[in-house]
Amino acid sequence: MNPELVHTLRELIPQIQGYIYPNEIEIHWGLLIVVYPYITGVVAGAFILASLVKVFNVKEVQPLYRLSLLTALAYLLVAPMALVSHLGHPERFYEILLTPQTSSAMAMFGFVYAWYLMAVLLLEIWFVHRTDMIEWAEHETGLMRHIHRALALYSRDTGDRSVAFDHKALKVITIVGIPSAFLLHGYVGFIFGSIKANPWWSSVLIPIVFLFSAIVSGIALVILLYMILTPLTGGKISMRCVDKAIDFLFYAVIVDFSLELVDFIHRVYQSEEEIKILSEMVMSKLFASLIIIQVLLGMLVPLTLISLTKIFKKRFHLNEDLRKMVYFVAVILIQFGIFATRWNVVIGGQMFSKSFRGLTTYKMEFGGIEGLLFAIFLLALPILILAVLTKILPPWKEMHGQPAPEGVEAAGS
Amino acid sequence: MPLSPFAGGGTVNGRRTFLRGFFSVLLSGGAIGGILKILPSKADAGEAPPKGQNWYGFGVSVDKCIGCARCMEACKSENNVPREPFFFRTWVERYILRKNGTTTVKAIAPNVEPSPETASDKSILRSFFVPKLCNQCASPPCVQVCPVGATFQTKDGVVLVNENTCIGCRYCIQACPYGARYLHPGTRTADKCTFCYHRISHGLLPACVEVCPTQARVFGDLNAAASPMSRFLRMNKIHVLKPGLNTEPKVYYASLDGEVR
Repeated sequence: MNPELVHTLRELIPQIQGYIYPNEIEIHWGLLIVVYPYITGVVAGAFILASLVKVFNVKEVQPLYRLSLLTALAYLLVAPMALVSHLGHPERFYEILLTPQTSSAMAMFGFVYAWYLMAVLLLEIWFVHRTDMIEWAEHETGLMRHIHRALALYSRDTGDRSVAFDHKALKVITIVGIPSAFLLHGYVGFIFGSIKANPWWSSVLIPIVFLFSAIVSGIALVILLYMILTPLTGGKISMRCVDKAIDFLFYAVIVDFSLELVDFIHRVYQSEEEIKILSEMVMSKLFASLIIIQVLLGMLVPLTLISLTKIFKKRFHLNEDLRKMVYFVAVILIQFGIFATRWNVVIGGQMFSKSFRGLTTYKMEFGGIEGLLFAIFLLALPILILAVLTKILPPWKEMHGQPAPEGVEAAGS
Repeated sequence: MPLSPFAGGGTVNGRRTFLRGFFSVLLSGGAIGGILKILPSKADAGEAPPKGQNWYGFGVSVDKCIGCARCMEACKSENNVPREPFFFRTWVERYILRKNGTTTVKAIAPNVEPSPETASDKSILRSFFVPKLCNQCASPPCVQVCPVGATFQTKDGVVLVNENTCIGCRYCIQACPYGARYLHPGTRTADKCTFCYHRISHGLLPACVEVCPTQARVFGDLNAAASPMSRFLRMNKIHVLKPGLNTEPKVYYASLDGEVR
């Protein structure tokens, strides 16, 4: 038995509104499961930003290319930690790989994850950095030299033919990678969207909304990192690059917002039996996180800010520093907005009873595996991993706008 | 396929089965066949009980239930369900429908006398008790979503959880439309009503059925024409909970009110 849990549940009883099934007081998917789709979203979004450079040949955002690949990898490495530590039996996690139930969406997690990590992200990063690693190793001594040699798998060939092969491989991987990134996060959306017992989740639009919110959060995060890291490493922020990336972000937010709006209107218009309890939930339990943070602060305010810069940039030659500040505020707000989106989907979906007669409540713990501290640790960990990754595969040259190593530039054309 | 550790069999996932399936898909283009298998082959595929073997069902007479909660008590004792009021394999709901159209529902607690205000309260249209338990669906969404096959359906139609392989991901709890599952705080695995599988496989009745003083709960083999269960289905107008979700429940309610869900 778990007296602590029972104590917590007892405290929740007075906050229950209406009638809920007696087993429903405990919210089973807590903060860690909120963190999980947020993290995979960043992965998918950052990768799609990188693909803009490669496939669609958007030269302006070239400085973000390597940074976004490394960001995607750093976040991808943390994604399963949130899942595994939330299990009732974390030590049995491997069962999902050895005896997967083929009818279960969740059983595919390991395979989708492995495919994305091994067949897409690691391969792309390797091909991008292969010639660089060989070159770096030549000028280095000590441990780093060995690391780079080993990471390059002891290849020494920088001849034209092998470089040409790198380019070709990169192109193929990116083309395979885009649907894979869609698969990764659309799949996370499908885990929720396919639960027919839960009308808050059960919608075909959910995977698509997940995808676009992923693109939004990934692009916004890479822009944020770029704006913080570039001055820190002695470079100058290229406004051409940021402007262009913000453009893409702007369109992605609009598509995301429209999709969520369509979903909302559709629910209200259909007005099925659950609509009363859902609207009660939105107006009471989710008001702050959904209306205020997700919609107002996370979408409408950044959309307005970016639109204003778009309007005034040309007309009044909006000051570059001011523009930078506006962008900075916008991308931070968007991060909070997307995190709130994940919160509202995951926690919101468990707050109303499947009897459609009542609402339960969620009390966030502070310590413990399901608590706030651990969640913050999981959110900070990718940044630490990214710091290590940038030591091993420094993206600074490219971020500072110096001519990119021959591999990347030619591959885009 | 490895033998199931549960009497009555069932499809417990085996590593060998998975690998065999995996390679056969690789070798035979079986993916197409696999996708086609998802489509329902017969409209009533889940419900057709296999002939010549048990196919268990459960009957509930809403009119007969007096809300004494002995079933809840018996279930907790029989199945080591935690005593705290957050974990139930079965529970009883009390509905009070008023003349002004409002409905109040609450779950009754064991050992507490239900308040007898209904007779004197003239604003009440009608009031009744509804016992709830796992619906032992013929098409169980919990079995569909379990990522490791720890939740499975036995050949006699009972849905069980293998607590030795359950990883505690709680996807099944999310997928159950009836709130019938909970995470056992002791084992950290999913738990729910088993129709008292340890009893019925020895020819006994589930504990809740045995203690019910008014025979509001009925249990038996749907395949046997002479069982109390078949008689119950013949003699009553039957409803199931949330039929629109196509889970094909095998807990059948007589005199069920439309307010109940």
